[in-house]
Amino acid sequence: MKTDIAIIGAGPAGLVAALHAARAGARVLLLERFPYLGGQLIKQTHKFFGSRSEYAGERGVDIAGRLIGEVNAADRVTVWEDSAALGYYPDGVLTVRHQGEFRTILPGKLIVATGAAEKSLVFPNNDLPGIYGAGAVQTLMNVYGVLPGKRLLMVGAGNIGVIVAYQLLQAGVEVAAIIEAGPAVGCYQVHAAKVERCGVPIYTSHTVKHAQGGSSLEGVVICRLDSDWRPVAGTEKEFAVDGMCLAVGLSPLTELLWQAGCKMCYVPELGGNIPLRDDDLLTSHPDIYVAGDVAGIEEASTAMVEGKIAGLAAALASGDPAADLRPELTAAKAQLRALRAGPLSAKIRKGLAKVTKSALAEVV
Amino acid sequence: MLPGLARLAAGPVAIMECRQNIPCNPCADACPRGAIRPFDDINDCPELDMDRCNGCGACLACCPGLAIFVVDYTYSPDRVLVKIPYEFSPDPQAGYRVEALDRSGRTVGMAEVINVQVYKNKTRVLGLAVPEAIALEVRHIRQLRKGSSHE
Repeated sequence: MKTDIAIIGAGPAGLVAALHAARAGARVLLLERFPYLGGQLIKQTHKFFGSRSEYAGERGVDIAGRLIGEVNAADRVTVWEDSAALGYYPDGVLTVRHQGEFRTILPGKLIVATGAAEKSLVFPNNDLPGIYGAGAVQTLMNVYGVLPGKRLLMVGAGNIGVIVAYQLLQAGVEVAAIIEAGPAVGCYQVHAAKVERCGVPIYTSHTVKHAQGGSSLEGVVICRLDSDWRPVAGTEKEFAVDGMCLAVGLSPLTELLWQAGCKMCYVPELGGNIPLRDDDLLTSHPDIYVAGDVAGIEEASTAMVEGKIAGLAAALASGDPAADLRPELTAAKAQLRALRAGPLSAKIRKGLAKVTKSALAEVV
Repeated sequence: MLPGLARLAAGPVAIMECRQNIPCNPCADACPRGAIRPFDDINDCPELDMDRCNGCGACLACCPGLAIFVVDYTYSPDRVLVKIPYEFSPDPQAGYRVEALDRSGRTVGMAEVINVQVYKNKTRVLGLAVPEAIALEVRHIRQLRKGSSHE
């Protein structure tokens, strides 16, 4: 099967990329590993930040509904659910497991929007049932309507940890505390304020010492960390909880990029190994674009704008766009710069400086 | 940041507890009176023109940070009406007596739910009548156990 553009992953980046590439005249095949579209968006019951063009003030799950509706209605987008990309080869063939069948695709351009996986934490008994990643907690609660426990300890006070803590409270779960290894919370102050007014304590400079329990989690012992991140003896605190949620960061899902031979670079500011790219989000491979968390861990709002950039740029590069896309592409790049211009994005800017165009020219 | 006594006495006004430069601006788009200055940079903090604000609460419902509140010192001689965003079930009903919590989740008194506005994005805006002494502290509520809610 031939297509102008194949997009791998139908989360916020992939959905928006598909819409913009198709509007620009390209035939798009959108592949999603799960039986439903939306990626992490469908679990996001909170209102999004950003501006009107990133649907600020709307809930992630509602944004997912809107984007999925538009993708399904789009003439030039073919959607394959339950379809995992397996490999991309030098002759330009993409292999896919499509609903149990092996298929080969010949796309002109490829947009990889595979997202990220959760990081975990090493401590004794970290394999007890009742210990979850934040994504798993959100899937249980917000996709399947299953409570992950009665009383939980949240580990990690970045935006994800604090938002999921708030969602747990909304679901009627008691949140015993939020602990954070760093000396300050990493989340937006307004997110912290939402859980603090519910009476949830936040312990900074604290980590998990060990978990305890028989057949499942019964308690967690935490301790304070000194300024060199070493545990301080005698500072242990015990929480009787039947659940613990780890929200300790994400790692880009880059396997396909490695396999396809894209140049990669380890950038701790953006979650690990990420592809070198130019400002069109074109990697070192002339036909592979990236968008969203696979290109570096950021927010869903930036993932959507990256999807727009990659979708437009790939459509432009595939030849015969319906209209002059360059003004729209330039505007999207400016929008992305504006979202990243604030003081809280300093780390992201530092990481991006290591992998954008000039770096690409040096290494390739 | 806080409105002065004269402004409080003049009628309902918004209080914006958004003091960190994060990329977010829907409050400015939501204001029907242009009282929130349009953002030059999306990472700016909101700037409220308190003379133009009439405390309608449109910004309050759309704020993703749930960081905007409205106080109305003209509500009654002995109580202040405080509007807060609320996203917990069950929906409180007008007439309920609830515990009033401050920014740290501490109970600072009792409040009476006067009205509940339901917005399209599902955020509820509760109008709470509270004693004047705690009017600038109330940021959340705890509903009493079923059956005792409005006795």
